[in-house]
Amino acid sequence: MPAGPLLAVDDLSVTFTQRRRRDVKAVDGISFSLDEGSVVGLVGESGCGKSVTSLALMGLLPSRGVRVAGRAGFRPGGGDTEADLLSLPSRRMRDLRGRELAMVFQDPLSSLNPVVPIGRQVTEILVRHRGLKGRAARSAAADLLARVGIPDPGRRLREYPHELSGGMRQRALIAMAVACRPRLMIADEPTTALDVTIQAQILELLKELVTEEGTALLMITHDLGIVAGLCDEINVLYAGRVVESAQRHELFRAPTHPYTAGLLASIPRLHASRDLPLTPIRGTVNDAIDWTDGCAFAPRCDNYAEDCLGGPPHMREERAGHRFRCVHPVRTDAAAVSAEQSPAAPEPSAPKGEDR
Amino acid sequence: MSLLEIKDLKVHFPIKSGVLVDRTVGHVYAVDGVSLQVDAGTTYGLVGESGCGKTTLGRAVLRLVPVTDGEVWINGVDLAHLPEEEMRRRRRQAQMVFQDPLGSLDPRQNIESLLTEGLEVHNVGSGRAERRGMVLDALEAVGLSQRALNRYPHEFSGGQRQRIGIARALVLEPDLIICDEPVSALDVSIQAQVLNLLEELQRDRGLTYLVIAHDLAVVRHVSDTVGVMYLGALVEEADSDSLHAAPLHPYTRALVSAIPVPDPEVEDTRERILLQGDLPSPAAPPPGCRFHTRCPWRQEERCATERPELRTVGEGHRVACHYAEQIAAGEIRPRG
Amino acid sequence: MSARTERIDRLSELTAARREEAEGRGVWREAFARMSRNPMAITGAAVVAVFIVVAVLGDLIAPYGPTEQNWGDEVFPNQNVFVGPRAENWLGLDNLGRDQFSRMVIGARQTLLVGVVAAGLGFTAGALLGGLSGASYALGGAVGRRVDAVLMRFVDMMLALPSLLLAVSIAALLGQGLVTVMIAVGTAQVPIFARLLRGAMIAQGSRDYVLAARAIGARRRRIALTHILPNSMGPILVQLTLSLATAIIDAAALSYLGLGNPDPSVPEWGTMLADAQRFLSSAPQLAVYPALAIIVTALGFTLMGEALRESLDPRLRK
Repeated sequence: MPAGPLLAVDDLSVTFTQRRRRDVKAVDGISFSLDEGSVVGLVGESGCGKSVTSLALMGLLPSRGVRVAGRAGFRPGGGDTEADLLSLPSRRMRDLRGRELAMVFQDPLSSLNPVVPIGRQVTEILVRHRGLKGRAARSAAADLLARVGIPDPGRRLREYPHELSGGMRQRALIAMAVACRPRLMIADEPTTALDVTIQAQILELLKELVTEEGTALLMITHDLGIVAGLCDEINVLYAGRVVESAQRHELFRAPTHPYTAGLLASIPRLHASRDLPLTPIRGTVNDAIDWTDGCAFAPRCDNYAEDCLGGPPHMREERAGHRFRCVHPVRTDAAAVSAEQSPAAPEPSAPKGEDR
Repeated sequence: MSLLEIKDLKVHFPIKSGVLVDRTVGHVYAVDGVSLQVDAGTTYGLVGESGCGKTTLGRAVLRLVPVTDGEVWINGVDLAHLPEEEMRRRRRQAQMVFQDPLGSLDPRQNIESLLTEGLEVHNVGSGRAERRGMVLDALEAVGLSQRALNRYPHEFSGGQRQRIGIARALVLEPDLIICDEPVSALDVSIQAQVLNLLEELQRDRGLTYLVIAHDLAVVRHVSDTVGVMYLGALVEEADSDSLHAAPLHPYTRALVSAIPVPDPEVEDTRERILLQGDLPSPAAPPPGCRFHTRCPWRQEERCATERPELRTVGEGHRVACHYAEQIAAGEIRPRG
Repeated sequence: MSARTERIDRLSELTAARREEAEGRGVWREAFARMSRNPMAITGAAVVAVFIVVAVLGDLIAPYGPTEQNWGDEVFPNQNVFVGPRAENWLGLDNLGRDQFSRMVIGARQTLLVGVVAAGLGFTAGALLGGLSGASYALGGAVGRRVDAVLMRFVDMMLALPSLLLAVSIAALLGQGLVTVMIAVGTAQVPIFARLLRGAMIAQGSRDYVLAARAIGARRRRIALTHILPNSMGPILVQLTLSLATAIIDAAALSYLGLGNPDPSVPEWGTMLADAQRFLSSAPQLAVYPALAIIVTALGFTLMGEALRESLDPRLRK
């Protein structure tokens, strides 16, 4: 039993620099870890830094105009030796990608080479990383396509990406990702471009791969519904930082950061009464302030008070495994919220104009 | 009293081929015989996946795409058969809100010019001052300030742009607003703002909405009646509470069961009905019931040969399935 | 109350700190602002500005008349005797003993005239053809597509005609001269502008804001003129600056072939280059000056065009 998690991201930050422009900190000190065979979610809205995080871990950020800091300890082969994904030489990194680390992107069409048949793209990986040749590689590729639920794989191998439907393309992409039985798969909004019924198929496939192959999955999405069913642990991101992190049951039962609670209260529910009004979060993501000035969510927060300003709030842990970054957290009476109802909105906060 | 009544609407796009002379080699049956009614002051929600024809239907109501056959009655006038110029003048009655808030706003127009255009086109109000007053009213109604007037679309956030799109529709004081995926391009926290705004406007102004979206949870939240579309036709229609509680059509069942719910308890206990394969091409829809190629409850008889009519099975509940009752009663079981 | 307002003020201050861009700026003004920060644009604009100033104020700058053969007794081309740069003639003398610098300066005007008129001709005719075509296609339905098809076949025919052949034919009709060169060069540019504008308009025509304009009940004419056309101008404006460069080069080429202005009293860079070729082995500098001037000017316009293209690129817009 090796010590420590499979991937431990510690204080990762990514800054985009441009001449004569302010530096933009897309990721501002994100920490989380991922055990072997587990599913961890990064949830957040556009601009929260979730995709940049995944690109940084895969070493896919451009080298110019980007500053990456922090550490991402990864144990290749599940062994005791740890490699820092952020500082590994690019040749080592290329070797890890595809064999130990795999990535599934949002848009399957643009991630596949349009002028090369699916089969060649899959066999290429098998040849490169698993050393298979000719007929063996082709039959392994067909097995892989069958594995991810593509019917008639022998014929599909000869087809070009544009001949497949969106769902089939995403399956092909997943087949390429799992071709070498990676230890860690990063899925960045893998179902956002797909229809609901197709999305259900893909999510089911991902679940299956995790349970059967023991692949760890880092799921990046904006959809709280997806993480609720899929992830063991969920990290909620806002403005480049993790603002709340907990096991999924705990997070949905007792959302503690006002942002998490606000998100949950603003989603229309299929199973809740229609008369239950939605409680939106006011303002937009652009209203965020710099973490160095205080809590980035403060301008949109109902619980906002003066001590929210002046430096980023610390991560607190009141219950084991449930951490949040907030000075005035939402207190939900966890017991009062039954499974059927929607989690409570942020506490009835002081109405506008009234002083606290 | 229904404000909008659609009767057997068909929109077929010809598929052209040929180098010098265009030959029609087939048709895409985008909308293929849809009938529905929307009462004044209510919201009708239309759900379906991409390619089901819901967007085309919305555009056909405003005759933004040519109507192949059928009738579209608004306020007692059949728009489908109006001459072009007459139709153009009537567009004021029914307005549209688009999915992509940035793409649907001309990047070179400032907000004042964007909102005034409709007034100019329809000769509403006399003079700049009066029109500006109307524009300001509309802006206020959607929660934007006067400061927005001389700014440009790219200077706003996604949610604000969608508000501008709504204001553009509002300023013409239409009876009906067709909202095509009004929130799907927006962040989750912004979606609720826009949905609440739409509801508020309906309450204050007695607006009638036709909301088109792929997200059943969103549609159900805002709608009184929900219609589910599959391959160009309605497969089920019911009031929005009974639709998700007791869906009758196999496709609706699959759709409801496929939607991820932000609640781990629900997610852990629910049973997913996974559909096989993909949507067939609307250019070559399957014979019989259009859903029979993917239906887990498919029967040997009728399904592949006879197209089911949309029939009434309960109060305000219509379904297009030969075996809806038997499936509901559990007499027919899905195939493993 | 005051504590709360103070708190809010502090917040909005912090929020405002992150927003820097000016408000109420249209797309063109944004693009211009971006261009003015682009070193490529500044270099190009500087070159073009110098060229224009020289062209306009040529008479004041040139120290001598372009036809004055003041030093005719110092130059003997037959014996390979030429006069290079010296204090009174900065660029030396040409083969007839005229001041080369003055001829270059005065020649700038002709060159500019040819470039502007030819590119303008191509732009106007091309924009008309392309605009009509694009608008018909985007908004005219089935009939519009047919109109578009006819117009485009006509443009294709123009494209198929070699511009040199065209120039020679026009010269045969109108006789040799500056007008011939301008028409020939301009005509060659027409299909480029027509195709570009048509393509841009068709692309814009399928955008949602056009649908939105139709939905509010705007007439087709209005949609074409106030929405589609202004949004489609970017590519052809870029092409206009690039065309100025190619027009100058093309005009020089036609003059070089002897189709240009036969009047020796009005120098033009292309004609000068043509005249200089006879003495290429003995006095290469006579060819180098006009050639260099043509290249630098064309480069200036090209740089500006490229910068304009970059600043209009929607991917750079936030």
